[in-house]
Amino acid sequence: MARAVSTRRKIATTALAWAIGLLIFFPIFWTILTSFKTEAQAIANPPLFWGFDFTLENYAVVQERSNYMRFLWNSVIIAGGSTLLGIVIAVPAAWSMAFVPSRRTKDILLWMLSTKMLPAVGVLYPISLIFVQFGLLDTRGGLIVVLMFINLPIIVWMLYTYFREIPGEILEAARMDGAGLKEEILYVLTPMAIPGIASTILLNFILAWNEAFWTLNLTAASAAPLTAFIASYSSPEGLFFAKLSAASTMAIAPILILGWFSQKQLVRGLTFGAVK
Amino acid sequence: MATQHSRSAARFMMAPAVILLLGWMLVPLTMTVWFSFTRYLPMRGDSIERGLEWVGFENYVRFIGSSSFWPSVQATLVIVGGVLAITVVLGVLLAILLDQPFWGQGIVRILVIAPFFVMPTVSALVWKNMMMDPVNGMLAHLWRFFGATPVSWLSEASVQSIILIVSWQWLPFATLILLTAIQSLDSEQLEAAEMDGAPVLSRFWHIVLPHLGRAITIVILIQTIFLLSIFAEIFVTTGGSFGTRTLTYLIFQRVVDSQNIGLGSAGGVYAIILANIVAIFLMRIVGKNLDK
Amino acid sequence: MSRMTALRASGALALCLVAAAATAQTTTLTIATVNNGDMIRMQGYTSQFTEQTGIAIEWVTLEENVLRQRVTTDITTNGGQFDIMTIGMYETPIWGANGWLVPLDGLSEAYDVDDILPAMRGGLSHEGTLYAAPFYGESSMVMYRTDLMEAAGLEMPEAPTWDDIRAAAEAMTDRANEVYGICLRGKPGWGEGGALITATANSFGARWFDEDWNAQFDTPEWEAALTFYVDLMNNFGPPGYATNGFNENLSLFQQGRCGMWIDATVAASFVTNPNDSSVADSVGFALAPDNGLGRRSNWLWAWALAIPAGTQQADAALQFIEWATSRDYIALVAENEGWANVPPGARTSLYETPDYQAVPFADMTLRSINAADPTNPTVDPVPYVGIQFVAIPEFAGIATEVSQEFAEVYAGQQTVQQALANAQALTNDAMEAAGYR
Repeated sequence: MARAVSTRRKIATTALAWAIGLLIFFPIFWTILTSFKTEAQAIANPPLFWGFDFTLENYAVVQERSNYMRFLWNSVIIAGGSTLLGIVIAVPAAWSMAFVPSRRTKDILLWMLSTKMLPAVGVLYPISLIFVQFGLLDTRGGLIVVLMFINLPIIVWMLYTYFREIPGEILEAARMDGAGLKEEILYVLTPMAIPGIASTILLNFILAWNEAFWTLNLTAASAAPLTAFIASYSSPEGLFFAKLSAASTMAIAPILILGWFSQKQLVRGLTFGAVK
Repeated sequence: MATQHSRSAARFMMAPAVILLLGWMLVPLTMTVWFSFTRYLPMRGDSIERGLEWVGFENYVRFIGSSSFWPSVQATLVIVGGVLAITVVLGVLLAILLDQPFWGQGIVRILVIAPFFVMPTVSALVWKNMMMDPVNGMLAHLWRFFGATPVSWLSEASVQSIILIVSWQWLPFATLILLTAIQSLDSEQLEAAEMDGAPVLSRFWHIVLPHLGRAITIVILIQTIFLLSIFAEIFVTTGGSFGTRTLTYLIFQRVVDSQNIGLGSAGGVYAIILANIVAIFLMRIVGKNLDK
Repeated sequence: MSRMTALRASGALALCLVAAAATAQTTTLTIATVNNGDMIRMQGYTSQFTEQTGIAIEWVTLEENVLRQRVTTDITTNGGQFDIMTIGMYETPIWGANGWLVPLDGLSEAYDVDDILPAMRGGLSHEGTLYAAPFYGESSMVMYRTDLMEAAGLEMPEAPTWDDIRAAAEAMTDRANEVYGICLRGKPGWGEGGALITATANSFGARWFDEDWNAQFDTPEWEAALTFYVDLMNNFGPPGYATNGFNENLSLFQQGRCGMWIDATVAASFVTNPNDSSVADSVGFALAPDNGLGRRSNWLWAWALAIPAGTQQADAALQFIEWATSRDYIALVAENEGWANVPPGARTSLYETPDYQAVPFADMTLRSINAADPTNPTVDPVPYVGIQFVAIPEFAGIATEVSQEFAEVYAGQQTVQQALANAQALTNDAMEAAGYR
């Protein structure tokens, strides 16, 4: 049963937790707040928490300079595409690792993770040359493939931990009933694994959304996602805190909102089978 | 349970992922290794079409002989280690706090995980300009409010600042995993210990911490993988100055600033070796912990 | 699964829309540019170009460091992602020599290539062939607060020495009110702090290399220059100047925190623009200081538009370059935003325009540009071309690291002597790797 907690203790905990929560959130809050100030007010001393002229001007300026919707759309397509492609490739692999484990399963898993340690900049030239060769530069397809590769190990790992939690007896029973491999995966396993898959999709969508090395180096205009959008606001001439804040807010808002709404799934997704 | 049939089917199903990843790893890696043995200065007109001059181990010797090499390895390890230490320790404490009953749990949890969604470029920009700017940053205002001289964080305490920024990004991740792990802790066991009059610290040490072992392992493993290659945070804030030039950043300077692909590729090979040393080390621990 | 098909379908739909838009527009040029004020202003006027010619423009606007990284990788891997690239005086001759840029010899009569300032034209050519057209050009000069100088009872000479600068900085510094006598760059990066310290060192008689490409950081000239710079900034500069670059200093100056600022002439129009600057009506200009050795510490730079050899649309690209760097474009900006806001430093005719001569900084800008001599940057002879840079491919990498060593001095993390010794070693090492020595 729940521990009996004195009110005083609960008040203290509440105060402490809120203080820490607000402290951690403060940089984001401050950025959002600053985005609604004028440039002069953005650098006012002492800083203004209230009493400034609420303005949308910065958003208008940013939108006028760059077509936000196109960057946003590219981010959605690239992050979504790479995640879904990764899932399609990873589900069978994770399935076989979870249900037909061999002595080498763990080695393969860890090897997959280790491919993520390859420093991206070390292979910048090879990848760029390959992209030039195949005409993939500045295409969403090319980026989808690259980001899929980057996140595939994480996807396999996550799915593997979920699948492992599904009791094997259920599969045995399905097999007794004459289900083939295809039916087994499609009708028995997948429905049970939906929450896990959803969590995996979510986490990898976020990771792909925030990837800022390849998305910047392999795109120019037509496939450029929000990471490229923000690169044009990082240090313009003159006062720029307010405009930078507006651009930052625009870059992170979609994923922040998505993340908050799907918090529960994400939390489950983040456990990586750490919790048994 | 596995039959011969399902075993071969399993192999077949694993094949696409394994083969694709192998290709993804081997093709660029082979090219990197090849470049690392050649003189490849595109600014001087070298290109694959014209043929690259084979120079043996010259690039390897030069890369490791550079005065920047060992400091960069050190910077890498300090930053990765610092972030791991902070996120794990604070993550455990924060997870315990969030596990207590209090009003507004849901909202506080949302506030705490928010940094995880912020793209690294943006978080680096926000910290550099809005927080750490020595004239207009929030910390400067705070310092002045208390009568102190504002610190110019990114030059005077550069490594610490980078660790702070990266920890801010990864603390939510650690906290969430650890929180989930704590929630699965058998509360009866804790209560029994409480009844027995075990002090808080001893309860934490003997019951909570061992229970979190596995979760902490995962946090360290996953974070190390991402932290070894942090780039945007350094590129945006210090550009590798003031002792924040990590191995990844040093390679970036060799490849992009100096346009010496051969030398940079040799650095890439060293980085892969370093990553693998760390990986083997990690996997020894993780492998053991995961089998539990 | 249905979500996936929906996503696919919408993706396909979007592709169709994009494709439809692309076919309707016969030509689209992709232009990589830097996020400086003048370029951003140009983006606002591109619709006029599109109306005139039917050529659509796709802008890729990036911060300077990111831009360099992007275009350099693109040009060396022959990526062909851009039809026009915004590059500087450092890259143009090197890339031109490698055959990576389309020579701009097809410029029309009306464009009047001879109108480009000789200093700019020279710096953007290789062996007499122009490879990039200057969008704006700059030197560096002293910008100072006339009100603060007056309050201090001083007067700024038109051609000050470093001692004058030091005295003025001392007189104007008021730390209690966060007014600093002088703001200079310290930010690492060859085009940031590296540029200013190199230009300063020139006036102290220091040079990067002797005639046999030996690094010269072990000379007393460099030690004198760096010691002076560090001393000046530690005493009269803003806190944390080790991370201040052009933009940081501009913002400090506009907020009235700097007594003097020695930087790009192009900044003059920003600090005198009352919309952005709180000190707009009290800014004076003077030539960059010297040290009595006959060389001033002013540099020469141009942001220019070039056509990479990999493009399929060289003709349309040339058309755009002609439009963007023409006299007509300058007139267009002048008409809409006033003469003070036109891109400066590119054309002789601009400085012959009476309206422009009335702009307070016009004369000093031109004099600064004309005072710069890239073939003769310092007192002793050098084997290289360039004032605040050395026009060899290896320079960007070397100078970035050298400027990082210097920045650690600015931040108080090492001594002048340590930094110079490190700079000497790493420069010689890199030059050896490149086969100079």
